[in-house]
Amino acid sequence: MAINEIKTVKSTGIALLLDDIDTDRIIPARFLRCVTFDGLGEHAFEDDRQQDPSHPFNQAQFQGAGILAGGRNFGCGSSREHAPQSLMRWGIKAIIAESFAEIFFGNCGSLGIPAVKATRADLEKLAAAIEKNPKLEITVDLQTLKVTADGVSFSVSMPDSAKDALITGQWDYLGRLLSAADKVAAHANKIPYLTGFRA
Amino acid sequence: MSDKRNLFNKVWNLHSVQDLSGGQTQLFIGLHLIHEVTSPQAFEILRERKLKVAFPDRTVATVDHIVPTASQARPFLDGLAEQMMSAIEKNCKDFGVTLLDLKDNRQGIVHIVGPEQGLTQPGMTIVCGDSHTSTHGAFGSIAIGIGTSNVAEVLATQTMFLNRPKVRQVVVNGELAPGVYAKDVILYIIQKLGVQGGVGYAYEFAGTTFDAMSMEERMTVCNMSIEGGARCGYINPDQKTVDYLKGRPFSPQGADFDRASAWWLSLASGDDAQFDDVVTFDAADIEPTVTWGITPAQSVGVSQPLPKVSEVAADEQKLIKEALEFMGMMEGQPIKGTKIDVAFIGSCTNGRISDLREAARIAEGHRVSPHVKAIVVPGSQVVRKQAMEEGLHLIFEAAGFEWREAGCSMCLAMNPDKLKGREVCASSSNRNFKGRQGSPTGRTLLMSPAMVAVAAIEGCVTDIREFVGATV
Repeated sequence: MAINEIKTVKSTGIALLLDDIDTDRIIPARFLRCVTFDGLGEHAFEDDRQQDPSHPFNQAQFQGAGILAGGRNFGCGSSREHAPQSLMRWGIKAIIAESFAEIFFGNCGSLGIPAVKATRADLEKLAAAIEKNPKLEITVDLQTLKVTADGVSFSVSMPDSAKDALITGQWDYLGRLLSAADKVAAHANKIPYLTGFRA
Repeated sequence: MSDKRNLFNKVWNLHSVQDLSGGQTQLFIGLHLIHEVTSPQAFEILRERKLKVAFPDRTVATVDHIVPTASQARPFLDGLAEQMMSAIEKNCKDFGVTLLDLKDNRQGIVHIVGPEQGLTQPGMTIVCGDSHTSTHGAFGSIAIGIGTSNVAEVLATQTMFLNRPKVRQVVVNGELAPGVYAKDVILYIIQKLGVQGGVGYAYEFAGTTFDAMSMEERMTVCNMSIEGGARCGYINPDQKTVDYLKGRPFSPQGADFDRASAWWLSLASGDDAQFDDVVTFDAADIEPTVTWGITPAQSVGVSQPLPKVSEVAADEQKLIKEALEFMGMMEGQPIKGTKIDVAFIGSCTNGRISDLREAARIAEGHRVSPHVKAIVVPGSQVVRKQAMEEGLHLIFEAAGFEWREAGCSMCLAMNPDKLKGREVCASSSNRNFKGRQGSPTGRTLLMSPAMVAVAAIEGCVTDIREFVGATV
């Protein structure tokens, strides 16, 4: 796989500062009846959008936005990778939220979507700036862990392992795991339930 | 020298192939369970990269999410479901993976099949592309839900990268009052610690309340760890764990079983084991619990009123208001008496034989309220057969419940079993998220299967302790 280093993401933003947004809401289960991830983008937040015409994902001025500002415990619930896949295919390239559910965070990492944490106060400032100017260009810099836009600047956080993988382009975890095949085979011999409980 | 490591750290260390800079571990996975929804794209990755399944003997597939529970004749009426079924059949055949399909009498919800076949054992690392993989922690394993990219990684290498979580011991001591079940215990814990309280932690459930639970009750508790934000929850293995596993098809046999049992029991956290955090609850404080909102933490004891917006923390108020509006409920109102339209008994949380026995015991001699549609979906074909041998299906049918085939069904409504419009469902499942049960505006009230049975009969949320005719 080609190395794809992700050091910064620059794009306009879209804000959805609700807490406990679960992955059923991001992509309802009926859209998981598929054998590829193609076509999931148009169904991101489908049911929320149907029930709320003013939902940010419905609004013309936010189409094309690549940076999503979210609330606390973003992506909780189901492990479905279809959720970040649908956001990515809608156009999201980075997510800034108060916190993330763990499986969702891991899935974002697998897809090369930076998911960084910020304080609620900073997210509210960013959301206000996006609301005021939907064309505002926002920069998420992973090396400095800073988010900047005209008049807004704040620090974000992310575990070193996830940050380093994105910056160095090593977020193709499969390739790295495969390179340790010999170690894995040797390790299996130390596992009691693989050796008749004699290990 | 005593080993102060808790079970989680003992099992983690055993499976650590290597530690990487940045804090990650490459972890060997002892059992990989797969199903039809989160695996097709993973197998495609293997095809694109010309890879094999590294340890096919450590990989077992079944079908559950999209399976119809009324008629299972092939091809399915739903062409997309049929396509997914064909895909897992082809993938398992091409890659040499055992598939427990509809024609196999071991088929069922993946988290029910693993334990009942003896695939799930103490001391294992277990993953599945499904968040409720935490269920398997009931045996003292590290069991975590993963995404589809991870499924591909584990298929191809039998390993994945993980950051070691901290371990929080969640202690509950004391006897549960009549009418209070394992489901109420975990709903209570989530209510107290919050839906994100467990992020970054594995939960060890300990204390006399869990000691007294059956293996099936322990599975109910661990199943919903993820609803509290903990990707993994576990209970230390004890003699009940050993007894449960004896004689199961995939359990060790003969002398192997004796060696296995000794090892399993040795893994349990000792009295002086260390934890990153400990919280303690009293079983006497737990009453039959019902969710009223759109997250599993938004619950109350059945005798209690809903919270008032002004009484919750400022940063919680927006979410509470959103939940009240979606549910069509008023702050401060009682939950008891809430009219229901549908009753669902089943799911990986509460679709086991003990759940069906208890629901049948309550339903016996009663009738489902005329305005309620009630369905019972056994968690596996094994559970279904056992229930029918005991005549439970006759009790349910006489009471007006529909008796279905095994699958996930209305827990997430990927099959034809769905709520319609704004229907309210009393459900023994695990998630009350907006739209979770198949209608974008459908509403879910989570509770124990016994409480679902009572609600079905009374037509509204009812305190099981006040239900005439039930000896709780």
